[in-house]
Amino acid sequence: MIELKLPASDADIRKLKAGDEVAITGTLITARDAAHKYLIDTDGAEVRDILNGGMVYHCGPVVKKDASGKYSFVAAGPTTSIRTEPFEPPVIEKYHLRGVIGKGGMGAGTLAACNKFGCVYLSALGGLATTLARSVVEVPAVYKLEEFGVPEALWVIKVKGFPAVVTMDSHMKSIHDDIETASKKNFERLMAK
Amino acid sequence: MGNETLKDAFLELIRRAATDLRPDVMDAMRKAAAAEGKGTPAASVLEQKIENVRQAAEGSTPVCQDTGALVFYIDYGPDHRQKDIEEAAKAATIGATEKYYLRPNAVDSITGKNTRNNVGLDAPHFSFNQRDEKGLRVRLLLKGGGSENCGAQYKLPDGKLKAGRDLEGARKCVIDAVYAAQGKGCPPGIVGVCVGGARDTGYACAKEQFLRALDDRNPDPKLAEFETRLTGELNELGVGPAGLGGKTTVLGVKIGALHRMPACYFVSVAYCCWAYRKAFMTVSAEGEVTHHDRA
Repeated sequence: MIELKLPASDADIRKLKAGDEVAITGTLITARDAAHKYLIDTDGAEVRDILNGGMVYHCGPVVKKDASGKYSFVAAGPTTSIRTEPFEPPVIEKYHLRGVIGKGGMGAGTLAACNKFGCVYLSALGGLATTLARSVVEVPAVYKLEEFGVPEALWVIKVKGFPAVVTMDSHMKSIHDDIETASKKNFERLMAK
Repeated sequence: MGNETLKDAFLELIRRAATDLRPDVMDAMRKAAAAEGKGTPAASVLEQKIENVRQAAEGSTPVCQDTGALVFYIDYGPDHRQKDIEEAAKAATIGATEKYYLRPNAVDSITGKNTRNNVGLDAPHFSFNQRDEKGLRVRLLLKGGGSENCGAQYKLPDGKLKAGRDLEGARKCVIDAVYAAQGKGCPPGIVGVCVGGARDTGYACAKEQFLRALDDRNPDPKLAEFETRLTGELNELGVGPAGLGGKTTVLGVKIGALHRMPACYFVSVAYCCWAYRKAFMTVSAEGEVTHHDRA
């Protein structure tokens, strides 16, 4: 298990290889479809500093608000990443992202952006909602909550030892592509029966 | 029974569905972990998921943050009114959202606004069935959006798949849908299939297959055999838990059939993630509420 602290440098990220298990400590921002569009359409002033050398997490959490107005994460597994594929390369470039965390993998555009700008895609385990929420130690801020709603807002979260696996590295290797290629052979064999 | 009591019964039903999985699902997950082999990455993925369910059940927090869409299947007797049941279920849905058993998931498709309480147009979804017997029988599915996106419908014959209008053709459709889903629908998946019907009824029938227990046997011997064969074949794909490779791509395949029109041959495929959330209850004529592990 590799300890990875955020913000990360280009060198930190280039060291990572597909298949590496990491434990992330630092600040993440949750972002889904609506948030990605917002990051492209605006200059994202509120979150720009955190995203610089940081990571976005494709996650639509369940969030509790206590009597004093303080937020905490109740459930926080990853959502399917491929939906943000058209948005991710420009967001990686514009905000100097070092990582994108989600599930299911992403496409050729994101893989090329990871290679060009020193970024990785990390898989968190889908549905690991309660376990991953326990890695979220603080929720310092939230943006666009009113407009986007709880699942799609930009939640700023401090995580400690957040577990993920690098499945697309900055050297053009994607485990998702490898699995798809391998399963395609099985698929063709089954379809020929 | 009063509507407040019925609301409480629905609230407990939702809590059970969102924060724990039924024993048939957990048995299948444990068997899959054993089949993957000790120390393999695929077994580790499954073990982490099993541990997540334990933690979720312990703290009554959602097994998955995408608590999905609520689908209620309700059989009711002459001592109940459909409208009252619907009101109690909706009030319980709002209550469950306030208690963080559910994520607010109902979004207005036109304005993009989230209603914040999981109630909206056709949210929750109800499938009512009136019967002569008194009391209620309620079956609830929580269907996550990521896996819902992996559903597919085919119109046979399909030249590209070389699929004809028979069960062999249907087999190719199911293999194609599960291959296309890869790791996006949170495998190991549970696959609900309907052979026949129309566009809408086919999809509904495919989703209804999720009410069945993973270890049940299809009453139609031909379909029972087909389910076993497809489960084995889909697990040869190698997509594996979380789509990261392995022997377990699906936990089970459940197949239903509907009569079709001569011009139509639809095969509808519904995909459910490993977080296969369902809960069942009955309310007797005397108002006694019982929660069940199986439908």
